[in-house]
Amino acid sequence: MKCGNEILPERIESIRYSQCSGDGSGIKCESESVSGAVSQRACVYCGARVVLNPITDAFHIVHGPIGCASYTWDIRGSLSSGDEGYRNSYSTDLRETDVIFGGEKKLTAAIDEVMARHSPRVIFIYATCIVGVIGDDIDAICRNAEEKYQIRVIPVKSPGFSGTKKTGYKMACNAIMNLITPSILPEKTADVNILGDFNLAGEMWIIKNYLRKIGISVAANITGDARVDDLKNAPAAKLNLVQCAGSMTYLAKQMEETFAIPFIKISFFGVTDTSDSLLRIAYATGDKNVIERAKAFIEEEKNRVIPLLDKYRKNLVGKKAAIYVGGGFKAISLIRQFNEFGMKTVMVGTQTGSKEDYELIQHLVDEDAVILDDANPAELEAFMTEMGADILVGGVKERPLAYKLGIAFCDHNHERKHPLSGYEGTLNFASEINLSMNSPVWEIISQGGMKYV
Amino acid sequence: MLNLTPKEVSKRSALRINPLRTCQPVGAMYAALGVHGCLPHSHGSQGCCSYHRTFLTRHFKDPAIASSSSFTEGASVFGGGANLKTAVRNIFDIYDPEIIAVHTTCLSETIGDDLTGYIQDAKITEGKYVVHTNTPSYVGSHITGYANMISGFIKYLSESTGDKNGKLAVFPGFVNPGDMREMKRIMTLMGIPFTMLPDSSGVMDSPMTGTYEMFPRGGTTVAEIIDLGNCQSALALGEMTSEAPAETLEKKCKVPYQTLPLPIGVESTDAFIMALNHFCKEEVPYALEEERGQLLDIMLDSSQYSHEKTAAIFGDPDTVLGITQFVLEMGMIPKYVVTGTPGSTFDKRVTELFEKYQVEGCVVKSASDLFELHQWIKNDPVDVMIGGTYGKAVARAEDIPLVRAGFPIIDRYVHSYLPIVGYKGAMRLIELILTAIMDRQDRDCADEDFEIVM
Ligand code: SF4
Ligand code: SF4
Repeated sequence: MKCGNEILPERIESIRYSQCSGDGSGIKCESESVSGAVSQRACVYCGARVVLNPITDAFHIVHGPIGCASYTWDIRGSLSSGDEGYRNSYSTDLRETDVIFGGEKKLTAAIDEVMARHSPRVIFIYATCIVGVIGDDIDAICRNAEEKYQIRVIPVKSPGFSGTKKTGYKMACNAIMNLITPSILPEKTADVNILGDFNLAGEMWIIKNYLRKIGISVAANITGDARVDDLKNAPAAKLNLVQCAGSMTYLAKQMEETFAIPFIKISFFGVTDTSDSLLRIAYATGDKNVIERAKAFIEEEKNRVIPLLDKYRKNLVGKKAAIYVGGGFKAISLIRQFNEFGMKTVMVGTQTGSKEDYELIQHLVDEDAVILDDANPAELEAFMTEMGADILVGGVKERPLAYKLGIAFCDHNHERKHPLSGYEGTLNFASEINLSMNSPVWEIISQGGMKYV
Repeated sequence: MLNLTPKEVSKRSALRINPLRTCQPVGAMYAALGVHGCLPHSHGSQGCCSYHRTFLTRHFKDPAIASSSSFTEGASVFGGGANLKTAVRNIFDIYDPEIIAVHTTCLSETIGDDLTGYIQDAKITEGKYVVHTNTPSYVGSHITGYANMISGFIKYLSESTGDKNGKLAVFPGFVNPGDMREMKRIMTLMGIPFTMLPDSSGVMDSPMTGTYEMFPRGGTTVAEIIDLGNCQSALALGEMTSEAPAETLEKKCKVPYQTLPLPIGVESTDAFIMALNHFCKEEVPYALEEERGQLLDIMLDSSQYSHEKTAAIFGDPDTVLGITQFVLEMGMIPKYVVTGTPGSTFDKRVTELFEKYQVEGCVVKSASDLFELHQWIKNDPVDVMIGGTYGKAVARAEDIPLVRAGFPIIDRYVHSYLPIVGYKGAMRLIELILTAIMDRQDRDCADEDFEIVM
């Protein structure tokens, strides 16, 4: 496919392909999807929910029809070291009469029913698409409930149509600010906050463990394995570490303004990024002791991990990777990791990458690599086939697509099976893509799936 | 885990906890995927479409393709007419399906979009089709949406020319491709010409070929749907799912129909085969007779392990009804029988079964949820749970084996390829149930009771 008819004219600007849009004007992104596209994107509510959901001792009530709640029930793989309440699904399950007469009474009753059974400290109320249209005043309901029960009841107005998943991240960040802003700013401690890790497969624990080893303690995890009390310690921290920049830069900036906490962007994917990040964190503390410990720790881990990685390397070298993930920052980390393995990234796409992300991506990949924003399956298929990708890294909707094409797959999204961050995560990642690419099944189907036709 | 459920059952009027159903569009999407060359289209915001596709992909482990009108603020105020128009044009330009099946979402329903009008105004390429159905999720469940989409196809497409085609129209109910294959196998064995709508076999269980087909081989063709109007008669399998589309076909094209339960277990499969036999009037082939005999043999051989065992059965109404019938045939006690889908027919039919088999102390409830089921189990446990994946949290909390059957099953493989309908499906189901119960016995029994021969 060479700029062929499989690309909608409206989509051309969202794809950088050396033969298509060589005008250097950059890629079109951060915009709405085209009507009629088979987009892989999710909605505002989804963005808000994935960020807030890992707050394990909060209650999350979805105010809307049942579907929005069903689809977000315990699917994210954010692990908890304590409470499991967040893994239940609470919804007002709006019915026809509610749509006609409004859902306010039902929401109030739902809060009452939660309070009758449990004693949460915080309830988040998500308002999905139709709530705004039917005109429920959820702010007022939340205010009343706060008064009545003396707990925090925080509205998250996240109708799906009001933007992209990124808008939802913002809503979530606002809700977090709403929750953690104290009336008087506390004394600063030497602690740091970790922003933008959701403890998928226990990744937050890995990062916290590293920090502990180099002598840094964490005030609040935002939001992987978070508890309300810990979150409230966040304003006292002296530094914010931002891991998933796509979702959390906004919060980091707000915290900088309001609590005077500076932030640095970090990434714990891959040996290089992990080592860089640890060093930068150490330097940011300005503590000599911490810097020494970080250096030693990095040395030690590198010595341990690189020989192990080299074992995989020989299987991976020269292979071609395709990436389709949610945020730009993750894509960048993945490209670096593939470089470490001696692999070439031939296609990179994100759902919500920003201009800066795409610029950086262009620098990291070869001239002829395909870069695309908000891709649809037809585009993914065409480019992966054309570029001869050996493995796709993506999320749940991309998995069967890759397999049907005979391309190996690794889930770097909610359904990741092992932690992929830090040094051990890099090992897991290498092992996983190695397994996927070298499964004996490929041997059987290498002649093509059909034997007799 | 998930042990937040208090034992005391208190009244809830507003709060739904751990739902046993989802929304209409996902059903509509699944139905549309069972039509050949069809692209399901979600008229609403993008998120719904994305969730529905993910949900289906998780269950079938196959790509679920659908497009969205991608509503923005503007559409939510001024209506989605322009979005749909652009969508239809784009879809035919790029994906080139034979037919687009539009379903609505809560949002487009609430703002009152007039789909019939929009579609009349849309530019539709010669020889291509656009159909629609209304699927507000604040009514019914995914089952309702599935039925509505099938009716939508019929309303737009089916025609009666006056020349009967000698075929039987079959509405298979909300079942897996593996079930549809089994129904087709039985009908083919009996030499019956039929059209099944929808037919997701060959779409949602399509083979690995090394190329990705956006529109795989399977699915009911548009020509077949048009010709449905000329069918001799129709069979609606699953009263709560298939009767509505059968009624639509009868109203529009005067095709008479018969409603039967999903052919799960002995009696319901017998009824299915009798109905088929009535249609073709030839002798039932020995092969089916043999399968039936084998099933009975198995039920008898194993009865000491199933007899009087209690079960909690949860999921979609027709599937749950079918499984309930079968476990009763096995001598088990379906202590709790629940569905999340609203509708009193369910309660009525299940109660009839309780009465017919004279079991006592059994409870049935529609429009229920897993939280409620969990509370009942906490107060009085069962030997086995039968239903979809979401039951696993309860199963773990209460240490009860879970047999996976129905929808959605998002934590296991293969299930959607194999049937639970027909005699063969019943054999599979009984194997699953017995294995769960007997594995448990092996695990839990004292050393001196541990048996090699069972
Ligand atoms: S808004 Fe309605 S259609 Fe969309 S996911 Fe929620 S319940 Fe389903
Ligand atoms: S209704 Fe709106 S909020 Fe709910 S899933 Fe759909 S787009 Fe998202």
